[in-house]
Amino acid sequence: MDKNAYLEKYNKGTHILGRCVSAVAFLMLVGAPFLIGKIIGGMPNLSAVAKGFISVGLIWTVSSVVEFLVYTPMLGAGGGYLAFITGNLINMKIPCAMNAKEMAGTASGTTENEIISTLSIAASSLTTIVVLALGVLLLAPLQPLLQSETLAPAFANVVPALFGAMAYQYFRKNIKLAMIPLVIMSIVFVLVPSLISQTSIMIIPSGALTIGLAYLIYRRTEGQNK
Amino acid sequence: MTALLNSPALYAICGIIIAFVAIVAVIFMVRAYKAGIAVGMDKSMLKRTITSSVTFSILPSVGILLGVIALSGSLGTPWPWLRLSVIGALHYETQVAQAAAEQVGIGALSMSNMTPVGFATIALLMSICIPWGMVLSFFFNKSYLKKIQGKNKDEAGTEKKAGFGDAAMTAMFVGLVSAYIGSYIGSFVSGEGLFSFKGDLTAIIVAVVSAIVMAVFTYFAEKKHMIWLESFSIAGSMLIGMLAAIFI
Repeated sequence: MDKNAYLEKYNKGTHILGRCVSAVAFLMLVGAPFLIGKIIGGMPNLSAVAKGFISVGLIWTVSSVVEFLVYTPMLGAGGGYLAFITGNLINMKIPCAMNAKEMAGTASGTTENEIISTLSIAASSLTTIVVLALGVLLLAPLQPLLQSETLAPAFANVVPALFGAMAYQYFRKNIKLAMIPLVIMSIVFVLVPSLISQTSIMIIPSGALTIGLAYLIYRRTEGQNK
Repeated sequence: MTALLNSPALYAICGIIIAFVAIVAVIFMVRAYKAGIAVGMDKSMLKRTITSSVTFSILPSVGILLGVIALSGSLGTPWPWLRLSVIGALHYETQVAQAAAEQVGIGALSMSNMTPVGFATIALLMSICIPWGMVLSFFFNKSYLKKIQGKNKDEAGTEKKAGFGDAAMTAMFVGLVSAYIGSYIGSFVSGEGLFSFKGDLTAIIVAVVSAIVMAVFTYFAEKKHMIWLESFSIAGSMLIGMLAAIFI
């Protein structure tokens, strides 16, 4: 089989597999509360679920749509299906896939990047599953250590540590591009501190601004090359 | 109620779903690895991608484990274990669980207030608020990617090496990181009152230490050709950044 025919078969298979496992995972996750309800002797109160969904669920639904639109092109097909099943996108899967892409030097949208992204998301998902399974298994001995007052500040700062390292990796190669969104976002958060708790939403205007700037740089470079 | 929510039956239900997702991840990994070999990608690069992604994910996973421990006090261990292993997000679960507890009328999220109906309702609400990325992937992943990636191919159908699509993805990520770093600066300057400069400085210090350590790792990896370091550079930088938080 030649390379193109193989890749076409691989991509087709990824979508079939991705769709099947997404459907099964969805049914399992929504079905589990009913099954558990039967075991513990109390079915879900559907009117409370509906009210709760209107009060908090709608915001998360909008956020899920935005996440799908923004992150799917970054993750590709295999990585996309898997990341949306396994979750923890912003605080782990997206930076993990971007780090793998950076190391491998692949470009978004290429076959090589599709493969690197899928490998990265799969390895990351399995790591979380193993760490959590071990953690649950060893919950009694681990709990005092993980919840000790000494280590509390370290675990409260996992995300700043992650974004500090990623900032160096990305800003050093794109310093011209990074300075404007960094300064503008800092000013926005300084002037409207209530937005700090909405950082995951503020990624959207920040990302849009940076893409706009990148487009201007791209157009200028293209113009110079002609 | 504690014994009920930590019963073997609940562990079995949650464990089976997690095992299913783990098998799915293994299948995706093996397929991608084989495809990489088939298209002539370097084996060592594929292995390095796996190693670096594993080391990258260990510390954030321990952070997620803390979320399981935090929620286990009110929801038992199996359900938070499932939620945070599959689909869940650390910042999401507690908020939705709390909102659901209010709707059920048990007030604060705690084991002493929990009832079977309350738990089943909270569990269902946690399940239906966040799976939309998965649902959208089911319906639109293929067509959406086709539309976007179609622009990255020439008329013969072969991929262009680097178009604006790649620059846009990098820019989106730069924007994402800028938003987070900006929020740490905003939190310090105005977190305790506009321009009070009395907010928490820890996040900024941790991010700076982590960035400096990353710079050192990058220097050794690039200038001293210690390529193997790349697989551990993010995890190592994060660990030292997090340790700095203890000494502040």
